[in-house]
Amino acid sequence: MSKPIIATASLAGCFGCHMSVLDIDDRILTLIDLVEFHKSPIDDIKTFSKICDVGLIEGGCCNSENVETLREFRKNCKVLVSVGECAIMGGLPAMRNGIPVKDCLEEAYLHCPTVDPADRMIPNDPELPIILDKVYPCHEVVKIDAFLPGCPPSAELIWKALVALVEGKPLDLTYDLVKFD
Amino acid sequence: MPKQGIIKTILARHKKDKSRLIEIVRDVQSALGWVPPAAVAEIAEALNVSKVDVEGVATFYHFFSGAPAGRYAVYLNDNFVAGMKGRAEIAAAFEKEAKCRFGETTADGLIGLHATSCIGMNDQEPSAIINGVVFTKLTKAKVKQIVAAMKAGRDMARLVTTCGDGANQSKLVRAMVTNNIRKKGPVILAPFKPGEAIRRAVTWTPEDVIAEIKRSNLLGRGGAGFPTGLKWDFCVQSQADRHYVVCNADEGEPGTFKDRVILTEQAHLLFEGMAVAGYAVGAKEGILYLRAEYAYLKNHLEHVLEALRKKAIIGRNAGGKKGFIFDIEIKMGAGAYICGEESALLESAEGKRGEPRDRPPFPVTYGYLGYPTTVNNIETLCAAARILAKGAGWFKTLGTAKSAGTKLLSVSGDCRKPGVYEVEFGLSLQKLLEMVGGRDAQAVQVGGPSGTCVSRGQFERRIGFEDLPTGGSIIVIGPHRDMFDVVHNFMDFFIEESCGWCAPCRVGNSLLKRKLEKIMSGKGTIRDLSDLESWGRIIKTMSRCGLGQTSPNPILTTLQNFRHLYESKVRHDTDFVTEFDLKAAVHAASGVTGQKLTEAHHE
Repeated sequence: MSKPIIATASLAGCFGCHMSVLDIDDRILTLIDLVEFHKSPIDDIKTFSKICDVGLIEGGCCNSENVETLREFRKNCKVLVSVGECAIMGGLPAMRNGIPVKDCLEEAYLHCPTVDPADRMIPNDPELPIILDKVYPCHEVVKIDAFLPGCPPSAELIWKALVALVEGKPLDLTYDLVKFD
Repeated sequence: MPKQGIIKTILARHKKDKSRLIEIVRDVQSALGWVPPAAVAEIAEALNVSKVDVEGVATFYHFFSGAPAGRYAVYLNDNFVAGMKGRAEIAAAFEKEAKCRFGETTADGLIGLHATSCIGMNDQEPSAIINGVVFTKLTKAKVKQIVAAMKAGRDMARLVTTCGDGANQSKLVRAMVTNNIRKKGPVILAPFKPGEAIRRAVTWTPEDVIAEIKRSNLLGRGGAGFPTGLKWDFCVQSQADRHYVVCNADEGEPGTFKDRVILTEQAHLLFEGMAVAGYAVGAKEGILYLRAEYAYLKNHLEHVLEALRKKAIIGRNAGGKKGFIFDIEIKMGAGAYICGEESALLESAEGKRGEPRDRPPFPVTYGYLGYPTTVNNIETLCAAARILAKGAGWFKTLGTAKSAGTKLLSVSGDCRKPGVYEVEFGLSLQKLLEMVGGRDAQAVQVGGPSGTCVSRGQFERRIGFEDLPTGGSIIVIGPHRDMFDVVHNFMDFFIEESCGWCAPCRVGNSLLKRKLEKIMSGKGTIRDLSDLESWGRIIKTMSRCGLGQTSPNPILTTLQNFRHLYESKVRHDTDFVTEFDLKAAVHAASGVTGQKLTEAHHE
């Protein structure tokens, strides 16, 4: 059997969950033996050229590009996993959800004391993704098959989840893996 | 008078006592029509508490407001039964006449329109409280009259031209509220001669009084059904130099109003029950925690207390027993369902936000001001008095083996004879429906939103702790109602009333409601139904008080008893439907920056 293929993406996240993947330390060598990484910031492959078995999504959707990426992942991954608080709930970026997007943009780019007075403008280049009215958790945009909680989920949890997915076995979530305080 | 002077006077009236913070804030609210930040600061300084403590109280309760509520503040009941009885039309009439929308106050500050949770008038909806005066069975014509009177600066109490029956006509009440007593039973609504219970109790030892209550199998009438004798026993066994008896008169479960009727007609029975409890647990002081919605009964209740003091039923030498002192103080709530939970009630009685405490310790060991306290429902205390008067043996002949005695039911909704029924436990819903004129019901909500929604096929089920325990709220739902509207209204209620302490309750109920809306809009899938079930279970098990532990019930019990309705609403051809609309989501930002969606966005 060929190796299972994994893709990863960081949407509106801080890359902390990806760092947590790297935190599996030398087991990453075992992982590379077990799986093949495809589109991912880890190997810098930018476009899908084949269907992947597992997609790991960090971060929620805060702009149009996140939505596009997430939809593309859904199309190209057999199993899609929300990894971490931001993907599952919106996380810190979602703190803006109670504030109208216009106020957010004006505060950040016009009224904030650190804005250079000579350069007060809200970025509007057509190339830039458009900010969404609020930050959406991934499962509200596309179907998500599994959720790995944590901020970030521990390396151990990610490891166990990946091994379970690759081996097609049920995931044994011990209490210490999902206890956060 | 300048504002400063008013607040000083109010603070002095309450002797700058921080356990009276709610009373202080209430007086400020009624003097100024709101609680301005300057008043918050002044109160905090005078009581030597932080501003946040005062603000916390001022923002917690429905009847306090951080913005002017209007010199005439209309609080229109918004529970489901009000909706059944034409609330929407009445709300529209208020908005039209007052020229202001609900949630707002007119520019001149004259009229404020506010929605509020159940005010205990389900048998005479649509109803509202305006400046403390209760208006029932509102019509568009009445609304027109009321608003005209407001514009003319008239006193709302003067609009009450016809009073209800019984003590509603007394000079001290003068309310248009009617009792709607449809069936009197032998325990609560039968005549009671003052003194019958307490004079007998004091000839016994307190231990014997508790033993008699235990023998009677009296279970708490709030719905949870804790054995009353045992509660008193736990309380008396907690060593302390003071004990308290607190009566929970904060019936806030939508659809219940039986305590209103007891307070109106049988207050003497209740107070005597409190005296019996006081004697049993060794308390000198009792507190009646009265929900703000029933403030119109306060003068009447004070008057009843005074009469009982004169007859030495309470007060010094209560019950004619030399040296036994037991008196009762009325403490007012300020509008919060959660305060019906006993530990939240105690917090509120102490002048704080009505947030539930961690339990244990239970109130019987750590209650009001930290002293051992027995908190009992109004109806429980009434039953206790009757048991002392007539004996545990007599009491046990009523009801069923596990549910002795009678239960007051507050019946409302789609039935011909809404009102209060005192029935023996063990009555089937079918019999009840025949009694109340609601034979064609498709469902009965037993125990209010936190209770159980029973479908037509199960009407042989019986009221009682063995089968359908209830605090007394019975809402009859006719065949023409959309069950989803019922459930949606109940979820709104819990979201509004959650105190916000536990995330599963604060956040979870909103998520449940959103999911429900998704299903109602035809975008639900089977997976959404299983999400509702598993999220509901999480909320129930992860919340620390009864509110969160029961708030998913409207959804969970209808999922169980009306599964076919849900299944007919969801899509079976797919396991995921998104509600996300990219075009709508970028609309706001696109308006600010002028960026446009490209082709790729329009898939």
